[in-house]
Amino acid sequence: MFELADIFDVLFLRNYNTRLVVICTMLLGCACGLMGGFLLLRKRSLMGDTLSHATLPGVCLAFIIAVMLGGVGKSLPILMLGATITGVLGCAAVLYIRNHSRIKDDAAMGIVLSVFFGAGVALLTMATKMPAGAAAGLESFIYGKTASMVLTDFWLLTVVTVCVLGLSTLLFKEFRLLCFDEAYAAAQGWPVRRLDVLLLGFVTAVTVAGLQAVGLILIIAFLITPAAAARFWTDQLDRMLLLSALIGGLSGWLGASVSALIPNMPAGALIVLVAAGCFLLSMLFGLERGVVIRGYRQLELKRSVGRQHLLRALYEILEANAVSAEGIQIRAVPFRQVRGRRTWSDAQLRRYLKSAYNEGLIEVIDREDQISLTSAGLEAAAQVTRNHRLWEMYLIEYADVATSRVDRDADAVEHVLGEKMVAILESKLQSYRPVESSAVPVSPHPIHPGD
Amino acid sequence: MNAEPNLRDLKQTPLVVRDLTVAYHRKPVVWDVGLSIPEGKLVSVVGPNGAGKSTLLKACLDLIPRSSGEVLIYGEPYAKARKRVGYVPQRESVDWDFPVSALDVVAMGTYGQLGWFRRVNKRSKALAMQALDRVGLADYAHRQISQLSGGQQQRTFLARALVQDADIYFMDEPFAAVDAATERAIVELLKELQSRGKTCLVVHHDLATVPQYFDWTVLLNMRVVASGPTAEVFTPENLHKTYGGKLSLLTEAAEKIAKAR
Repeated sequence: MFELADIFDVLFLRNYNTRLVVICTMLLGCACGLMGGFLLLRKRSLMGDTLSHATLPGVCLAFIIAVMLGGVGKSLPILMLGATITGVLGCAAVLYIRNHSRIKDDAAMGIVLSVFFGAGVALLTMATKMPAGAAAGLESFIYGKTASMVLTDFWLLTVVTVCVLGLSTLLFKEFRLLCFDEAYAAAQGWPVRRLDVLLLGFVTAVTVAGLQAVGLILIIAFLITPAAAARFWTDQLDRMLLLSALIGGLSGWLGASVSALIPNMPAGALIVLVAAGCFLLSMLFGLERGVVIRGYRQLELKRSVGRQHLLRALYEILEANAVSAEGIQIRAVPFRQVRGRRTWSDAQLRRYLKSAYNEGLIEVIDREDQISLTSAGLEAAAQVTRNHRLWEMYLIEYADVATSRVDRDADAVEHVLGEKMVAILESKLQSYRPVESSAVPVSPHPIHPGD
Repeated sequence: MNAEPNLRDLKQTPLVVRDLTVAYHRKPVVWDVGLSIPEGKLVSVVGPNGAGKSTLLKACLDLIPRSSGEVLIYGEPYAKARKRVGYVPQRESVDWDFPVSALDVVAMGTYGQLGWFRRVNKRSKALAMQALDRVGLADYAHRQISQLSGGQQQRTFLARALVQDADIYFMDEPFAAVDAATERAIVELLKELQSRGKTCLVVHHDLATVPQYFDWTVLLNMRVVASGPTAEVFTPENLHKTYGGKLSLLTEAAEKIAKAR
């Protein structure tokens, strides 16, 4: 195995042999992450896959032609040129099939992808049988092998990625509009078709540039995974793209480094694994839409809904027995009576009671058979009930909702009512207050015990 | 049918459509449509499903190719009159999960003025904010658009068109599936636009509210059944001609043509 010092040297670019490869793959990762973000939002992920598979026949053809003309077959610029030509042809074929027949996108892509890849594999076999015999290593375009890069390759790839990064940053506004609302962009006079071609052109550029490092089968993961991961962290496009580029860069850096340390380990696979690791972490712990945060929010909402239902139920029971609005007195209420106010199970109600008890809102008398609000609890209950009724009245007055339906609607909406909204409602509904001195207006509909 | 305005009046006429035919897959969707809409009117475009209402709108905006005919906006083809036109697409036409805020969407209305490469600046943000305020969404400016209700999303789209400060607005079903509050907000907005001399062409599906909201009506079922002041045009006979018997002779004829080719 290798020493810790070796790992350190490779990771932090001190090793001369691997430095270029690692830097180059990292830059490529940034460009892939950025373009992948646009591709994902434009819903063209599969187009990237078609494109990358369609490059194989180009690579092989370029090699064969170059050798036949007596040149060096494995010169990267020539192979990249070939890859670009068939890659673009593949995309054009998809668009043609889609526009001129009734075959849908996915089927068109499936057909083109497999046909081009099949042709590529056949050509690859032919290439390896050529007398020059220098075709060994062409298959690195399928699985990716960073180690075969030389200095001139490095410069070529760096120029391509930096250009793509720069230009797409410049066109950020245009691409955002194109991805979000194509028809509107067209109506505003933007050359939608040409922008689309440009976007796809950038994707082609990074795909072709990344072929040697990541391989054509896996490059789609390099494009899409960082972008998909980034989406879990933010709701803003600029931040998402930045993050996507960073994750792409990180994957390229780590993947290329580890591949340099372990002999014969293809970089493409490692890069994809790192990206997938980032994706998994983001999906679980992403702060905007991660699984954990969503579950937590759901739980919080459920809790707050339950609390409000409980408080309102208790308040309405007290209210029903009070002589006047001012005369609401704290009084113990039997569990069964609370249970009968809503459709909730014993277990549910007990859970709500427990958390209300922990908050100091209720007291439990006689082993949970009798429940009583504390003074803080009565205050909170009055507040909740007041909000609820204000909202109900607002719905009745302003949104033409039938009185009989209001209660259910309001149950869902009152929990998103902020203080500001309540203040607006209050001022709008002054006239509705039945008793000027009362803080809680009467319910706009008769309250049924089971409702 | 309306009398065709003469050349001098053409410059004052927000929309003139002549002999417009649009076909999808050889099947005509809009057939020989002729229209002339006077300035400052709230115009409803009404007709059954598949009558070509959205298609007519899109053809006016050069979004789909025309098989024949021409569209003039203030006497000029769309490409030249673009700056005077605001477009509100159907709400379902975009992915509302897209990572942008309401303010970002409305600011898109200023992209045309900004031109190539220039970033969204303070001025365009301020304009976007004003427009959001006009549709009552100032408090929601920084919400991600999927967190808006359907009605709020619709109003966001309206605000985006308002930012452009156009003279004629094309709105594709702005009243579709919105809450009562939004419907009221849109109607108020339409009246306000009209009071400032703007023209609005609105694809509408709720026949009951046509006479109340719109003073000019186009009844469309592939061809124009009637077009003119709502009070004159919106009659039971015309409605019957537009909606009555969904498989009208016209549809049958169109299908026969498609098959024959």
